[in-house]
Amino acid sequence: MTTDAAGLGKARASAFVLPALALIAVFLIFPALWTIYLGLTDYRLTGLAAAQPRLVGVDNYTGALADTRFHTSLWLTVLFVGGSAIAGQAVLGFTIAWILRSRRGPVRRLVEGVVLLSWILPSSVVAFLWIALLDRSGGTLNALLGTPGFAWLLDYPMLSIIVFNTWRGTAFSMMLYSAALENVPPSHLETARLAGASVPQQLRDVVFPLLRRHILTNLLLISLWTFNDFTPFLLTAGGPEGRSEILPVYVYNVALRGGSLGAGAAISFLILLINLIMALAYLRLLRGRRRSQEAAAGGPPA
Amino acid sequence: MRRVFVAALAIALTACGSSTPAGPESVTLTIAANSIEGGKNSESAAWIKKWVIPEFERTHQNVKVLFQSSGVEDEQYKTKIALDLKSRTGADVIDLDGIWVGEFAQAGYIKPLADVGGPAVDTWEGWGQIPQAVQGLGIFDGKKYALPQGTDGRVLFYNKTLFKKAGLPEPWQPTSWQEIIDAGTKLKAAGVPIPIQINAGTAMGEATTMQGALPLLAGAGAEIYADRKWAGASQAMKDVLGFYQQIYGGSGLGDPKLQQEAKGRDTSFAQFAEGKIAILAESDYFWRSVIEPKAGVAPMADRDTAVGWAKIPAKQPGAGIRGQDFVSMSGGAVRALNPFSKNGKLAWELLAFMHSAEAIKSQLAGQVRISSRDDVNAEVLTADPMLKFVAEEVLPITAYRPPLAVYPQVSTTLQEATAAIVSGQAPDAAAAAYQSKLEGLVGGAANIAG
Repeated sequence: MTTDAAGLGKARASAFVLPALALIAVFLIFPALWTIYLGLTDYRLTGLAAAQPRLVGVDNYTGALADTRFHTSLWLTVLFVGGSAIAGQAVLGFTIAWILRSRRGPVRRLVEGVVLLSWILPSSVVAFLWIALLDRSGGTLNALLGTPGFAWLLDYPMLSIIVFNTWRGTAFSMMLYSAALENVPPSHLETARLAGASVPQQLRDVVFPLLRRHILTNLLLISLWTFNDFTPFLLTAGGPEGRSEILPVYVYNVALRGGSLGAGAAISFLILLINLIMALAYLRLLRGRRRSQEAAAGGPPA
Repeated sequence: MRRVFVAALAIALTACGSSTPAGPESVTLTIAANSIEGGKNSESAAWIKKWVIPEFERTHQNVKVLFQSSGVEDEQYKTKIALDLKSRTGADVIDLDGIWVGEFAQAGYIKPLADVGGPAVDTWEGWGQIPQAVQGLGIFDGKKYALPQGTDGRVLFYNKTLFKKAGLPEPWQPTSWQEIIDAGTKLKAAGVPIPIQINAGTAMGEATTMQGALPLLAGAGAEIYADRKWAGASQAMKDVLGFYQQIYGGSGLGDPKLQQEAKGRDTSFAQFAEGKIAILAESDYFWRSVIEPKAGVAPMADRDTAVGWAKIPAKQPGAGIRGQDFVSMSGGAVRALNPFSKNGKLAWELLAFMHSAEAIKSQLAGQVRISSRDDVNAEVLTADPMLKFVAEEVLPITAYRPPLAVYPQVSTTLQEATAAIVSGQAPDAAAAAYQSKLEGLVGGAANIAG
């Protein structure tokens, strides 16, 4: 088997790849290395350390790892991803897709339109709407529930941003699953139904095995971008007293509000590592699935 | 990553020529301020757009002046300006809080005025009109980095209508902290939802330090920085935190949630204007810009008859700094020149023009405030009893923050201590946590006064 299918030769092939590699180096590798370097300094936004940052070794990294605020923030981020991305967006998105799969006409278009609308509106607009909804004095939710003065964003900051992000991001999962469900052959479901399988059984034995790769890809994407989502800052600014300070907000508060760019860079790098680990774990799962499927089917599925 | 991005942005912006002369015949200058028409510091924005720019352009042919307005929290504005200057871009004339001068100067973001504006700076007629204490707002390490716009003082504002309802005297002038608490208790009994609002917590930022922690600390007899030492977990600090606990620790005299809300300070303004807050510690900014009947952000139509003011008392008579019975804190905004400006000399001309007696008088026509110039103050302050009170009774007893680069971080630590009280911690524990954070900031216990 020849490895040079295009017949370009090594030099010309490299020349073609070079621009892409250069872009990756400039915009991906260099910033990552720069972040590591900044994390080793006491670089600040203002003051003497802004003009002449000094190397402080791994203090920023060890400091962050030992800081309870970092631990809390990491835990809140896990809650946020688990609650809003996995339990919220993925489950709700699948549920909507499943219910709407055989429907046509205005109901489907209306539901899809509403869900999509929450996805395509600009974050700042959406945040403003949600503040108006959850506001303590004069918020819409309090008016509807008859609970004047109830401070949702202060008493349940995490729940607020989890519900918010579920509402915000469900559209993506819904669309992805809708498309995936089209690929489930109706005859399979028909057969299952005739054999007397209940809905949970149909899902477990027919739908999920066919959609596994879609589900994993979706989870990979939404957990990565939820992990790095900054929008909750617009609702709670990480408050009150850090109770909704997920990692991206934590970095912002440390690096820009607190001015400690060095410490912020160190935390950013730790976040980068966590992202890498998450991505690798998902990819491994995906590859594992494919191999076991291939082994079970004795070859690629027809 | 952000730095690279900012640098790229800087290149892009310079390429666009935001402040570069397009030729000898046309020059553009930009003014940046945290004020916006119809929002924060609206008069100041209107003055720049409707008076400063046309007047300056009239006398300087071929100069175009732009105004870059913002209407955000002070901390966010500071971050934006710092990033602008870090990437060697930004407006030519920049509004700053006086307290940022030290850290911006140390970072090399601003330079002494004479370095940017040339010899014309030292011969400016205005210096003789600005009192030394006010000039100090723009001075760092003995050099003049910025022109002060004016100064202010902190007082206790109170709602006379609510005071009457609670059977409290008018005029009201408490002489100890206990009298504030007593008044609050009576107001509570009379059904006032929030008797006392003393800013606390981190969400309010510097407003917590300036309107709450520092005046109280001064009233307990301590300055945040004195004799080259920072105030640690001393008895005075514990007294301050104890006073916060009296208000927010379940007595119902203050609203702890308001201190935690992201927009708590704005809400406190609105609630005072609606008659829900009876006593509010604020600077005269509150009087002239917030509850101002016409252009304020939370206007009170009956401000002149319904709102009273009192000096902030020491813990007990004579217990304040310098043995004072009453205390205050002052600060003020300044304007600096961008050292990366392509037209430093012209930028200075614009800055000096904005601080001329003529310009300040025109600004004060829109909104009276205590300007930096004695000649103007003597003329205009008589029109407003509140500002006259601040100029005559409060400024003589006031104190200023230390112009040191580390101060903003100390201030944040103080805010965190008050936040701890609001969320239910005991003063001793909050003071101890404050002390240990402070040691990390100022280089050990040797620089802290117990």
